[in-house]
Amino acid sequence: MTKNIMIVGVGGQGSLLASKLLGHLLLKEGLDVKVSEVHGMSQRGGSVVTYVRFGEKVFSPIIDRGQADFIVSFEKLEAARYVEYLKPDGRIVVNTQEIDPMPVITGVAPYPADLVDKMEKLGIAVDAMDCLALAQQAGSAKAVNIVLMGRLSKYFDIPVEKWEKAIEECVPAKFLELNKKAFALGREYVA
Amino acid sequence: MKQLMLGNKALARGLYEAGCCVVSSYPGTPSTEVTEEAAKYDEIYCEWAPNEKVAMEVAFGACLAGKRAFCGMKHVGLNVAADPLFTCSYTGVNAGLVICVADDAGMHSSQNEQDSRHHAIASKVPMLEPADSDEAYRFAKLAFTISEEFDTPVIIKMCTRVAHSQSIVDTGERMVPEIRPYEKNIAKYVMMPGNAIKRHPFVEERNRRLIAYGETAEINREEMGDTALGIITSSTSYQYVKEVFGDKASILKLGMVNPLPRQRILDFAAKVDKLAIVEELDPVIENHCRQLGLEITGKDVFPMEGEYSQNMVAEKLGVPLSPVKRLEETLPGRPPVMCSGCPHRGLFYTLKQNKCTVLGDIGCYTLGAVAPLSAMDVTLCMGASVSSLHGFNKALGQESEGRTVAVIGDSTFMHSGMTGLANIAYNQSNSTVIILDNSITGMTGHQHNPTTGYNIKGDPAGQINLENLCRAMGFERVTVVDPYDLAECDRVLKQELAAQEPSVIISRRPCVLLKYVKHEKPLKVDCEKCVGCKSCMRLGCPSISIRDGKAVIDETLCVGCGVCRQLCKFGALDSQE
Repeated sequence: MTKNIMIVGVGGQGSLLASKLLGHLLLKEGLDVKVSEVHGMSQRGGSVVTYVRFGEKVFSPIIDRGQADFIVSFEKLEAARYVEYLKPDGRIVVNTQEIDPMPVITGVAPYPADLVDKMEKLGIAVDAMDCLALAQQAGSAKAVNIVLMGRLSKYFDIPVEKWEKAIEECVPAKFLELNKKAFALGREYVA
Repeated sequence: MKQLMLGNKALARGLYEAGCCVVSSYPGTPSTEVTEEAAKYDEIYCEWAPNEKVAMEVAFGACLAGKRAFCGMKHVGLNVAADPLFTCSYTGVNAGLVICVADDAGMHSSQNEQDSRHHAIASKVPMLEPADSDEAYRFAKLAFTISEEFDTPVIIKMCTRVAHSQSIVDTGERMVPEIRPYEKNIAKYVMMPGNAIKRHPFVEERNRRLIAYGETAEINREEMGDTALGIITSSTSYQYVKEVFGDKASILKLGMVNPLPRQRILDFAAKVDKLAIVEELDPVIENHCRQLGLEITGKDVFPMEGEYSQNMVAEKLGVPLSPVKRLEETLPGRPPVMCSGCPHRGLFYTLKQNKCTVLGDIGCYTLGAVAPLSAMDVTLCMGASVSSLHGFNKALGQESEGRTVAVIGDSTFMHSGMTGLANIAYNQSNSTVIILDNSITGMTGHQHNPTTGYNIKGDPAGQINLENLCRAMGFERVTVVDPYDLAECDRVLKQELAAQEPSVIISRRPCVLLKYVKHEKPLKVDCEKCVGCKSCMRLGCPSISIRDGKAVIDETLCVGCGVCRQLCKFGALDSQE
């Protein structure tokens, strides 16, 4: 059975490393893997989506509405934007950070309130956590992506050592300890 | 070795293993990474050419000289390179010549969503269309074989979802074929009427041989399943079809989309009860099937616009979808914006304040058209800003000359702005052209160009000086401004619009995302002084927002460019100590 993970966020937030890490890890598990992202115009502070799919045999490179097992979101509004892509029993792992989009900045629209509550009211399992604070605790605001991966790892039958090995192979050596710490903080976080 | 590879990277790997020696391309999303990845192999000479026409002619020259050559571009780039393409279909090749064109259905980063298959049909050049990274890799190698066997350039058509998806590729070793010595052959290579007339029948005969090849070639394959429904498809649409139907339908998967086979399609059609065509954009396979007299479902249910997906294939072919959960409220969109500290912002603000009519061009700076700046009136294609400004001014004369400008980036100017500028110099319109020189090709992810002084590998290279170039073309008025200095931008713009001769303004400051660009400390808001007048908000800077009636600066985004400070009459925005 193919598993589907959507990584969503704002252009420039570092979702590339998250998908690289997942791709690396899943390939080593001997699975078929597809990772799909879009480059170019949409990356300039726009809403960005990366699809990660894995299983015995993966055909489509994208995830469609109603198909994601997990939505990993770097930003709260972006999680809400893609809710309909989630399977009925899917889970959202979301960084509660708010980044105002241009319509909010220019005052055309307010930043929607109580998004986590609203998603939970739909019966969706939501892991909401302040990943920015956890990343800063690990040593860098840029480690939000690895905090999120740490949380996601809880829901997979893959030993933590393999995740750590994949981190070793995907990040520069000088940032390794920081990222391992960020991963552990995400994984062990209690709401 | 098994690796997870981006489609574009896999294509580059195929070029490498096929012994490709020369690559010349112009960047364009979603094609750019093919050439960037090829440049990582020391055995391949790689370059960024000023435009796609030049790139294709460079690759043609290299293949003529006897070494396998390649050029890559996005779909609209093939329009620029159409001239050499159509005639090198007649001359044919010496060593293999492979061209990659990447379409952008859904227009993730493009100004239209034209279907490049029409270029292949019109130029009578074979076109291969991979459906994932592994095929991109294998088709690149096969393309060189076809090119040499049939004496033709070969196009590989990518699309965003194949180019920018990673899937597993099992790579091999590089094999360089023997050089094919160049031999003078005027009848084959000098395309003047007397020779070209004799080459056209060769092209038609080659097309017939290619059709015959496609009838049995492995890249067109049948995957027989349930025969109640047969689907003919290619590219990423094949993946969506497999996702929905698996073996619950029979599939004819086409790897060569020009020319299309005939008997093979008829044979497949005869084995199934109903036939559907699933192809993004135009009904190319569909029209071919209709010419063969087949009854089919295609664009009667599928759209001509946008990308397809597994759910769309299911819905259009009558497979039920499960309901999904969605939030009731409308969420604010998150469109792309100019980055914090983008050097284009100050210049566009100045144009807006001066109520200029702005003929724009293709690049990051096209975002100058987005609110609140809304400082662009037109964007058509690469280079069109300069030439259409001339036309605009010739039509309206003084009425428009004093308030109309063209804006064009440094790379776009080298691509096709120069010829428009030559026209202004020659036919003398009183036009003001603004070159937005951010010292890089920005939108496609920082590629060098003839004005940056570095080549594709980052080594020092020839450098064209924009001021000298404009002066050499006959422009006496060439002024350089710093777009972070709003007063100076305003002064120079007013001065050049008032001048009674053609002029060029070069707005120069490197892209803020370049690694060597040092960022200043973020600005801070003095809440005592801020009256919430929102003057700073008119810049559309993503770092600034209003909370509780006062400006707030996002310290994680602000690079301290200081442009907003120049707009604050109350001195509320200041540098951090």
